[in-house]
Amino acid sequence: MGVVAGRTAAILLAAGLLAPVLSLAVTAAQGNGENWPHLFAYVLPQAVWDTVLLLTGVGVVVVAVGVGTAWLVTAFDFPGRRWLDAALILPLAIPTYVVAYAYLDLLHPLGPIQGGLRTLLGVTRPRDLAFPELRSLPGCMLLLGLVLYPYVYLPTRALFLMQARSMIEAARTLGAPPARVFFRVVVPIARPAIALGASLALMEALNDVGAAEFLGVRTLTVQVYATWVNRSDLPGAAQIALAMLTGVIALLALERAGRAMRGHAGSGQRSPPMSRTRLQGGKAFGAMALGWLPVLFGFALPAGYLAEAAIRRVLASGLPPTLGREIAQTMLFAGGATLVTAVLGVFIAANPGRWLSRIAGIGYALPGTILAIGLMPPLALIDSASAHLLEATIGATAGLFGVGTAAALVAAYVIRFLTIATGATEAGFGRIPPSLTDAARMLGSGRIGALVRVQLPLAWPAILSGGLLVFVDCVKELPATLLLRPLNVETLSTHLYGEAARGTYEDGAVAALLIVLVALLPVLLLLRTSGDVARRPMAAIGHDAPDARDVMS
Amino acid sequence: MLAPQPGPRLELRAVCRRFGHAIAVDDVSMSVMSGEILAILGASGCGKTTLLRIIAGLESAGSGSIHIDGHRVAGEGIDVPPEARGVGLMFQDYALFPHMSLLANVCFGLHGIPRRQARAIGLDRLREVGLDHRSDSYPHALSGGEAQRVALARALAPGPRLLLLDEPFSNLDQDTRDRVRTDTIELLRKSGTTAMVVTHDPSEALRIADRIVLMRAGRVVQVGTPEEIYRSPATPFAAAALGVVLALPGNARGDTVDTPLGCIPAGHSTATPKVWVWLRPEAIRIGPSGSGTPARVLRRDFDGAGRRLHLAVDGLDAPLVLSIPAGDAAVLGDRIGLTLDAAEPCLVTDAD
Repeated sequence: MGVVAGRTAAILLAAGLLAPVLSLAVTAAQGNGENWPHLFAYVLPQAVWDTVLLLTGVGVVVVAVGVGTAWLVTAFDFPGRRWLDAALILPLAIPTYVVAYAYLDLLHPLGPIQGGLRTLLGVTRPRDLAFPELRSLPGCMLLLGLVLYPYVYLPTRALFLMQARSMIEAARTLGAPPARVFFRVVVPIARPAIALGASLALMEALNDVGAAEFLGVRTLTVQVYATWVNRSDLPGAAQIALAMLTGVIALLALERAGRAMRGHAGSGQRSPPMSRTRLQGGKAFGAMALGWLPVLFGFALPAGYLAEAAIRRVLASGLPPTLGREIAQTMLFAGGATLVTAVLGVFIAANPGRWLSRIAGIGYALPGTILAIGLMPPLALIDSASAHLLEATIGATAGLFGVGTAAALVAAYVIRFLTIATGATEAGFGRIPPSLTDAARMLGSGRIGALVRVQLPLAWPAILSGGLLVFVDCVKELPATLLLRPLNVETLSTHLYGEAARGTYEDGAVAALLIVLVALLPVLLLLRTSGDVARRPMAAIGHDAPDARDVMS
Repeated sequence: MLAPQPGPRLELRAVCRRFGHAIAVDDVSMSVMSGEILAILGASGCGKTTLLRIIAGLESAGSGSIHIDGHRVAGEGIDVPPEARGVGLMFQDYALFPHMSLLANVCFGLHGIPRRQARAIGLDRLREVGLDHRSDSYPHALSGGEAQRVALARALAPGPRLLLLDEPFSNLDQDTRDRVRTDTIELLRKSGTTAMVVTHDPSEALRIADRIVLMRAGRVVQVGTPEEIYRSPATPFAAAALGVVLALPGNARGDTVDTPLGCIPAGHSTATPKVWVWLRPEAIRIGPSGSGTPARVLRRDFDGAGRRLHLAVDGLDAPLVLSIPAGDAAVLGDRIGLTLDAAEPCLVTDAD
């Protein structure tokens, strides 16, 4: 009986998780196609081109910064290296739309930086100082790259620490100069980790709607959003979204290709850490300066600006009146989704076979806009079905259950971030020796008994840290929240988006600062356990957990 | 639990288990009587641990059936889950729950019993293994021998109808192993527990078991008491599995066999005149030169308790290696004499 019920629940859950993708295809097919000529002629070419350029640029930035900094802190020793090692993760706490928001004000012609430069150079009028325009494709590449490079930095650094030593020492004894060692040995060794990190960073970039829109880059994501919200054309949005999905699949294929030859890299043997070359004098200073640059621009400057702007705003006019409500709503949505993912994560991790956990990974690859569009039809279906049911049974007309309710938003969060909870729980279970579970069964516990009495108590810390990650990702989430939130309900992220869209930057600073502070929580956890949290992205794209641990731990 | 039926406590009928193309357990039939201690002996990878897990219900049997006290627990569409079989298993790594005290570990299997009563039983079990004074400690604070004892107490606490022990002493160092082994067997005997011990150590199997099941490549090679299986091995493999065995070439003549060390009874007729005679070193008596078959000492290796002699004997291609006590004066010279003890059993096989 229990087995049948469990199997049924698993199939229902899988159907729910797959619903957005399937309905996306159905919706796209419903479009009468009269939009296609327009889309092909005017929208898609530019959007695809901009998206490809943006992703390429972000890819170059994150790989260069991520691999470079990882090499810097693992191969060399210089004053403050340990601090730098930790600080390089900090930009992870800044969502893409927040960094764009912060820099738009920072680099405003009348803002502090350009103003400071003018004073320094003795220029009086803003137009006399030619400053590169931030609202541009290169500006967007640079800003996204600045906060997304830790996705590459983390796994690459872990890989360097784990298995680079013997090969690098062999190359050195063969007389290779440092540059040759780096490009001929180090980078090839790290390729699987680089591919993994870059694909995650690019998926984040593709998911972004806020930064691109603030900076005037018309990516596919922005077009999907605009087609739906401004033109009320759901089939059209679904068609663009489908085109975007192709891009996601290409990214995943790219990552797989990057890992294809991991056989020679991931021998699984842990060698002692590299002996670091101690840098002195000017070289040490150069390394420090180079290493701290990404931290300065990716974290210190935007976070500092947000703090300063928030304090200024609060001192001038007190806390924004709606802030309390927005915090409460953010916590409610994120907290609800976290609870649901935790429960489902345990169910999936305890489910025999790995098919369900692979399906749970699909949502993470869906950008928030695509997910929202895919969720609309199933939600509407639930609404009409339940309305019919209510009318038939008790003769009452009831409000909506699906579209535009908190439940819809929570469902979107759950589908998108479920794999983080699943991965964490699976990792937690994986570290429990199988004989412990067997022992519980030999002593008379059923499968559920063993789960409750042995596996859950032992995997608790892993489940908790997975929950923290889900919570933070929900708080940071912007595109799906924008599209699915109930009418007139604002969360911290949508509030910030609204202020930025209206151009009233200083009013959004408090919300932005709060988001960054919440997002700092898992980063601090990461610093403490170094490596544990980084496993999550691997699980996200459906790789086996053991692989993940090889590369990330 | 169902009432026990007369007959064996555990019975396996033609149990098979494959993993892909590999056959882990191949047509195994055997039985264990109530109160018996049975050792399953075999090299690593011979399928003995898989067999144990099948009996426990942690693996399913591919085919065949398993009966406990006459009730089928596996086979023909039935697969009783492990928690309902009334079988205990002591794991090789002990598998103590790290988040529970020793007492909680031992009480884990005692459900359906009032808490206070379960506590009392748990403390009793801990007392039997001499660890009741540490009932509130946690597993990480235990030495290997202590962990083994707690694991034993935990497995025995629910009063299993059959206790399975998977290499129960292999994680202990030499010093503690003998003591823990003696204590464990004593406790099993005292409580009248029916037990099945998996081991790869022949001397351990010989010492602890009422009967030994010798396995090779998933199959049962021979079943018997330690004495039977040591003295009358069914095959050369069985002979070698339980101790040192010497092979002498021989010529069969009717019901006797001529060997370079003399003539012995063949026991059974052979297909070819050319045979191998397999015997334990104890069957060869060493005497002074002039007695029995002459042998020349090539080398003496001191090994503490005695010496190992490498002997050249006419008619043998390779030197014969025999151990003798250190003070044996009869063999100080270069030449000695060897005689076969006709009373010692031996195994005769065809040479091809």
